Amino acid sequence: MSRRSWVRPLIAMGLVAVTAMVSACGTSGPGESNAGALKIWALEDPVLNKIENKSIDSFKAGGGNASLETFGNDPYKQRLRVAIGSPQAPDLFFNWGGGNLKEYVDAGKVADLTSVLEENKAAKDAFIPSVLNGAKLGDKYYGVPMRGMQPVLLFFNKKVFTEAGAQPPTTWDELLTLVDTFKAKGITPIALAGTQAWTELMWAEYVLDRVAGPEVFKNIRDKGPEGWKDPAVVESMTKLKDLIDRGAFGSNFASVGYDAGGASTILAQGKAAMHLMGSWEYTNQLDQSPDFVKNGDLGWVAFPSIPGGKGDAGNLVGNVSNFYSATQDSKSLDAAKKFVTTELHKDSYVEALIEAGDVPPVVGAEEKLKKSPNPEYASFIYELVLESKNFQLSWDQDLPADKATSMLTQLQEFFLGKVSPQQFVDAVAAR
Amino acid sequence: MSSQRPSAWYAVPAFAFFALFAALPMLLVIYLSFTAWDGLGTPTLNGGENWSRLLDDAEARASVWRTLVLMVVSWLVQTPIALLIGVWAAGKQRSRAVLSSIFFLPLLLSTAAIALLWQALLEPNFGAFVGGPLFLGDPDIALYTVVLVISWQFIPFHTLLYQGAARAVPPSLYEAATIDGASRVSKFRHITLPQLRYTIVTSSVLMLVGSLTTFDTVLILTNGGPGTATRILPLHMYITGFSGFEMGYASAIAVVLVVLGTALSLAVMRWSGFRQMSSQQEGS
Repeated sequence: MSRRSWVRPLIAMGLVAVTAMVSACGTSGPGESNAGALKIWALEDPVLNKIENKSIDSFKAGGGNASLETFGNDPYKQRLRVAIGSPQAPDLFFNWGGGNLKEYVDAGKVADLTSVLEENKAAKDAFIPSVLNGAKLGDKYYGVPMRGMQPVLLFFNKKVFTEAGAQPPTTWDELLTLVDTFKAKGITPIALAGTQAWTELMWAEYVLDRVAGPEVFKNIRDKGPEGWKDPAVVESMTKLKDLIDRGAFGSNFASVGYDAGGASTILAQGKAAMHLMGSWEYTNQLDQSPDFVKNGDLGWVAFPSIPGGKGDAGNLVGNVSNFYSATQDSKSLDAAKKFVTTELHKDSYVEALIEAGDVPPVVGAEEKLKKSPNPEYASFIYELVLESKNFQLSWDQDLPADKATSMLTQLQEFFLGKVSPQQFVDAVAAR
Repeated sequence: MSSQRPSAWYAVPAFAFFALFAALPMLLVIYLSFTAWDGLGTPTLNGGENWSRLLDDAEARASVWRTLVLMVVSWLVQTPIALLIGVWAAGKQRSRAVLSSIFFLPLLLSTAAIALLWQALLEPNFGAFVGGPLFLGDPDIALYTVVLVISWQFIPFHTLLYQGAARAVPPSLYEAATIDGASRVSKFRHITLPQLRYTIVTSSVLMLVGSLTTFDTVLILTNGGPGTATRILPLHMYITGFSGFEMGYASAIAVVLVVLGTALSLAVMRWSGFRQMSSQQEGS
């Protein structure tokens, strides 16, 4: 075959490639027909998405226009990351506040909502200040709460406790005693879904907070990984190691998951006595083991205090709330601002959240919470948050993604006993 | 001359597809491996920082090692089983046909389904082996559990390759051997195995390169856990890139994967004489 006969096919090849690329780019350009509609992105949730859509209907009734798109947890984080600097970016996006939001703020992608909240005092004052602060970075507000508050609580199986003649723990030492009590009875003292590092993280968060107060972590978040070298971190991790080595979590937690058939089920079936989990565990149990909840066997208490520790026993960790933030480059920024200052504290929205079992982050909801399907539980959480001096956002949400990821890896190694408290600190401080 | 072979035009779609979806992304990944990019904003060049970090990254080294273990062990497990069952299934007896079609069932299941199935089966509180070894929870055996699941999934495919190849062995060879009084075992050794040589090469390349890039099964089954016991290189890349959003560093890992995969298939081809491949049957 002569050389020349190759030339034309080669050129054709190039043309095909170029055409394909151009046409691929063409679709991402502007020219969407639904211009002016507020594009809202949120996390998928069969119950809450309906309520969020109702708030959009209410916004439309007021002359606005908006639409909701929802995604599963991990795909959401990835999509948001890729989309936020592009023409495909949403106008309002769901987030967890804290350091996670800070990455987007630092990149100049998030609109400052301070002035619009100051102008709409009614909106600003409607929310519990400590929750609103979850999306406050420096002295500016970058988000408005839009779902319920989800502190982490210590759940327990009342039946198992009664049979053992035991009381739920109020102090760390009581917790240690309970571990021995249940171990002797062949019951896993504490259920732990160890395949997912965030369940282990809840323990690390609470123990550090109780031992040394919230400042140690705030220091890590604000001043960088050097903050991990605070001696309080090794001290709290040593306490936690003691708990793990006592067999508090049983021997097989490393392959237990949080989904059906996992940690929640062994609590419901009485194979485990306690379970530290976010407040969503209640609805989760109601869904998966309805009889367990309806018979009144599911109990809950705040995390025990650690005597001699500096942290206030009322401090909480967990998801402070979820927030809507507006993108800086949005063409509908004014509409977005209007949405977050009018729709999210409306009585109808708040009541719908309560009826769905959520505990909305608004002030003066005591009366409304009586309409909750589980009023006792909802009021407990509401009071807990109102009385807490500090509500720490989950560390993995409050740190930049790269630091959070390596911390979670180290934490799993720690729970397996492959890494000592000091080695944990050295590893996370080095990043 | 040119009328004997298809014109080069025929290759245009394939080449364009390859350029767009393989060569171009690969070049982009090489570029990204020299940048710092968190997925937001634009990538900024940071010289060889990702690469020097890769050299110091104990976790990356450990995950390369795990990948190699996974690769070698699953080759060692899969090849003999697939070969023996394949040759057995090549027989024309009806019972063999029935059993083979049952045996090929895993081929019909999606990877996600297989991973979820085994995860449920090996669940320590509600699975099939309650009180037994912690297949997915013990860092010392979790990697071998992954090998087991991957083998369960892929042995049927390789069996199919061997079955087809074994059926293509000319019966005359066996007839001649029978006349010479060869035993079953020596027929297998001296006829079947040499005749299947190139199938063994093909299947081995598929297995080795396949386990180098195995990802979905491990992601769903263990997500690299317990701890980092099953965090193989592709998973390390994914976690770095899509949980930590360190796209530059993840790209450096991706380049390593591409280089390893290419080197591996070249090595197998060369070492096995695949290039001089020709039919060993009579008449050619």
